[in-house]
Amino acid sequence: MERGTELVKRGLADMLKGGVIMDVVTPDQAKIAEEAGAVAVMALERVPADIRKDGGVARMSDPEMISGIQEAVTIPVMAKARIGHFLEAQVLQSMAIDYIDESEVLTPADEDNHIDKWAFVTPFVCGARDLGEALRRIGEGAAMIRTKGEAGTGNIVEAVRHMRTMTNGIRGLTVLGDEQLMAAARDLKAPYELVREVAETGKLPVVNFAAGGIATPADAALMMALGCDGVFVGSGIFKSSNPPLFARAIVDATTNWQNPEIVAKVSSGLGSAMPGLEMETLSEAEHLARRGW
Amino acid sequence: MPLVGVLALQGDFREHGRTLTRLGAEVREVRLPTDLAGLDAIVIPGGESTTIGKLAVRFELLEPLRRLIEGGLPTYGTCAGLIFLSVALTEGDQPLLGVLDVVVQRNAFGRQNESFEASLDIEGLGAPFHGVFIRAPWVSKVGSAVEVLATVDEHPVMVRQHNILGTSFHPELTGDDRIHQMLIDSIPAE
Repeated sequence: MERGTELVKRGLADMLKGGVIMDVVTPDQAKIAEEAGAVAVMALERVPADIRKDGGVARMSDPEMISGIQEAVTIPVMAKARIGHFLEAQVLQSMAIDYIDESEVLTPADEDNHIDKWAFVTPFVCGARDLGEALRRIGEGAAMIRTKGEAGTGNIVEAVRHMRTMTNGIRGLTVLGDEQLMAAARDLKAPYELVREVAETGKLPVVNFAAGGIATPADAALMMALGCDGVFVGSGIFKSSNPPLFARAIVDATTNWQNPEIVAKVSSGLGSAMPGLEMETLSEAEHLARRGW
Repeated sequence: MPLVGVLALQGDFREHGRTLTRLGAEVREVRLPTDLAGLDAIVIPGGESTTIGKLAVRFELLEPLRRLIEGGLPTYGTCAGLIFLSVALTEGDQPLLGVLDVVVQRNAFGRQNESFEASLDIEGLGAPFHGVFIRAPWVSKVGSAVEVLATVDEHPVMVRQHNILGTSFHPELTGDDRIHQMLIDSIPAE
């Protein structure tokens, strides 16, 4: 019997495909998410929109709060550690968290090094803006990737940019000759073996979700149409006017993204989505996606 | 060429589709009741069983699917699929098809840190099968019409009841097609 293998780490992400992972800050919110059909919840102290508003250093959540959420639901529970903060990750692993998000939404702890994720039994998901960043994280042991988008803005534009950039990067590799792959690895700043694998298969070796700015059922459907395997919704649910309805509608639209009539039906009468932010209004320091490399 | 449906509400339905295609089946993803017409068999994939159950109710698949399986449609469920097929769970309340006479314990082996790979002896298959168990359930009670085909630490992890096959583990992640072949072989000749 072998635990913590690459197959079971990547395999849990496979089981989440076609689903919605929701940010929650209390056990009650976790129950609302589960009732709506979330495939997992992300336990955190403040949703990204509030982290943005409050400022200061954002850290791993209080373990007591996380345990409360683990007890409230039967679906997988994820939690965030700061980039490079392997001690926070060890704490989360000791609590039997199902997936650790090494997240740019929290304030980075190490500006050079991400966590050595191979050293853990618990699988990791990491954010990426392009193919090179995704392959660096997979090279460090990430078992799942998500777009960074721009968390807490309710604006889908950055998630779309990151997904399109990733897809273009993958397509670009598939047309190269074998002798060009080392130069591609140099340009992408990515491990050669992974570059070679993507060139051969035409896809990432792990599941890739959308995250960062999803606020409506149509946003979720758009990201599925762009080739994502599923979606994370952060502030989009519990900053909307009717969280249970929004949560359910986003789940339904993620399943039936190919059917605009269903997306229309589930989008009807939801009330107002979370307030959004224009990227131009963010200062340099407020672009969370630029954290990590 | 048999037409095999794969319930595609959520989960690893694409991996099942690829496996079935390798075995020469025509594959149809099932999301709405109209997708059920004319199927020769159906697979219920791994995923999150609470999500799959709720979506099956919302998109009105629960009753028509139950009728087809009760009518003898060859059916195979993995992990969440096994849970969804069962008549009852040891804990919790979620929509179930209630066609496979077993009581299932969800996440019976534990949370993700307890997920594992292990070699299994399966009745009717010669060589051992590589079992991939992810937050896996086990069967805690079986009805009289149910055969147990494999166990881990004496807990049933593969069962069959006439036309219905269920496993706690995920053959679709391994490239070993023998269990899907059992499903295809159980399709009655026309």
